[in-house]
Amino acid sequence: MITLKNIHKSYTVGLNSLHVLKGLDLEIPKGELVSIMGSSGSGKSTLLNILGILDNHDEGEYFLDGRKIDKLSETKAALLRNEYIGFVFQSFNLISFKNAMENVALPLYYKNVSRKKRNKIALEYLDKVGLKEWAEHMPNELSGGQKQRIAIARSLIANPKIILADEPTGALDSTTSYEVMDILKQINKEGITVIIVTHETDIARMTKRVIKLKDGIIEADYIPEPFVHANDGLLVEGVR
Amino acid sequence: MFDLDKWQEIFAALRKNKMRTFLTAFGVFWGIFMLIIMLGSGRGLQNAVFENMKDFATNSIFVWSQPTSEPYAGFPRGRRFNFRNDDIAALRNNIPEIEIIAPRLQGGGGSASVDNVVRGLQSGAFTVNGDYPEWNLIDPVRMREGRFLNVIDVEQSRKVAVIGDMVKEALFEDDEDPVGEYIRINGIYFQVVGVFSPLNSNMSFGGDKAQSIFIPLSTLQRTYNYGDIVGWFAFTIKKNADAAVVDQKIKDLLKARHRVAPHDQQAITGFNLEREFKKISGLFTGIDILVWIVGIGTLLAGVIGISNIMLIVVKERTKEIGIQRALGATPLKIISQIITESVFLTTVAGYFGLVLAVFLLEVVNKALSANGSENMIFRNPGVDFNIAMAALAILIVSGALAGLMPAKRAVSIKPIDALRDE
Repeated sequence: MITLKNIHKSYTVGLNSLHVLKGLDLEIPKGELVSIMGSSGSGKSTLLNILGILDNHDEGEYFLDGRKIDKLSETKAALLRNEYIGFVFQSFNLISFKNAMENVALPLYYKNVSRKKRNKIALEYLDKVGLKEWAEHMPNELSGGQKQRIAIARSLIANPKIILADEPTGALDSTTSYEVMDILKQINKEGITVIIVTHETDIARMTKRVIKLKDGIIEADYIPEPFVHANDGLLVEGVR
Repeated sequence: MFDLDKWQEIFAALRKNKMRTFLTAFGVFWGIFMLIIMLGSGRGLQNAVFENMKDFATNSIFVWSQPTSEPYAGFPRGRRFNFRNDDIAALRNNIPEIEIIAPRLQGGGGSASVDNVVRGLQSGAFTVNGDYPEWNLIDPVRMREGRFLNVIDVEQSRKVAVIGDMVKEALFEDDEDPVGEYIRINGIYFQVVGVFSPLNSNMSFGGDKAQSIFIPLSTLQRTYNYGDIVGWFAFTIKKNADAAVVDQKIKDLLKARHRVAPHDQQAITGFNLEREFKKISGLFTGIDILVWIVGIGTLLAGVIGISNIMLIVVKERTKEIGIQRALGATPLKIISQIITESVFLTTVAGYFGLVLAVFLLEVVNKALSANGSENMIFRNPGVDFNIAMAALAILIVSGALAGLMPAKRAVSIKPIDALRDE
């Protein structure tokens, strides 16, 4: 699904150039549930931005579903994001003046789906995350967990192949965190590749593969404890 | 295509800060309101002034004689003299810039004390003027019945009279046809050939025009023993001639013919309507230019306000725009969103300004017409429909321009930076 070859990325901060990603090689097959871990400044957010085509890489090759991503125009990038990728953010990023259903339906709006049709689909996805009866509520009337579930429904509605979640549980307590993780795992079971950026070990442990970044390179890439046993070493290949 | 989500976003953005939206919109509202009110008032003032000169030949010059102020050629100062019939031909032959000459002799009468015009048992005091047919080209009248004086009337010194409609009212019954009837003016019978009403009642040469009678100049001279005396001259000058120059030429020629000192400023004097008219026209052109400058300036201030506010809106919504782009909104969609918002705000505000200004002018107009006085300094204020439409078009275009810069800025921010924005 995702292939990264020797990806470099640096930012210019004032007069200094900050080399954030220093030659990443990464292969994420379809249907994986991966967590990316690392301390702040390790480059995990940068990596997520590049994966999400929110940012361009400087050097190297990035293939998304076999398609080379390189120096895309903003318009093309937007269309690709819409088609391939669903985003889930730490701060939910719901649009405050739209109700739950309209928020979920937003990606379809950019695909020019008619209002009636996309609201109908949005309701189905709200049902999936168990919030159908909250459809008419505005984001400020919902709890953090509910907001994140709506954000997840929104990320799913355009039938993406990948879900990119940036600290999806960062603003939630542990009970709600686990609920959200359950939903993400459920999505993964349906065949969608899920990539989670987190710094919480217990969240990472719920994924099938952990990629640890440090100073812009992959420090470790392993199957976390519970899964090695549970999955009969299915992903052992991925371990280095 | 009506796009509910787009409008929902527009209204949400505007509603988020009602006061700010209102003040911004008010800037544009005020700009267009002032522009229209000023244009309308300028037009009203102009209409009122030009109404005074309505139908009058605006390229006309009037010349008359007064006692001399300098001794010359053996004559003492204070000499009175009259223009003569042969001046007419001399003027016509020597000054080609003159378009028409209308000599006039006022036959006295018109003072309320003595009734100089009699028909049967009716009588009245009316002004009697000896004229050429050309007079009708200088201060035109509308013929209600019959005809105006013609060349043959003057050549043959016919005893014919063209009477004002108030003369007719005084001397005739309502159902009588005056044309062909006879009236007695200072003891001599004249046949009425026409009845007129004045077209311009604001400019007159002594007395109410509706209460005056035209008879041929030659008839007046002959019948009442004026010899070949002409009271004064009215001229119009040819289109491309300079009124001041022609004016001077006329005076110089008349001075020479009547042995008046060349530098005598008082003996031959007059009134140059052309010059006055040009002055007033120039004044109104100036007012118009000023109104546009001030109006466009005010409007511009309003539009800049909109642009400013859109910049703030974009800044406030950077994160939201980031989310939208992460969800697949193309830059074009974002740009069109912001420009639509800006155009919407300017158009609505401008439209209200326009409507309110036009409404106010209409109310003033109604109030003025209800008053109905003749000599108003303000008449029919109002703006051209085309000017109003042009103003609206300017608004829409400037609304789009006002939105363009903030929109460009909105998409120039990378989606990740927008998402990080707190």
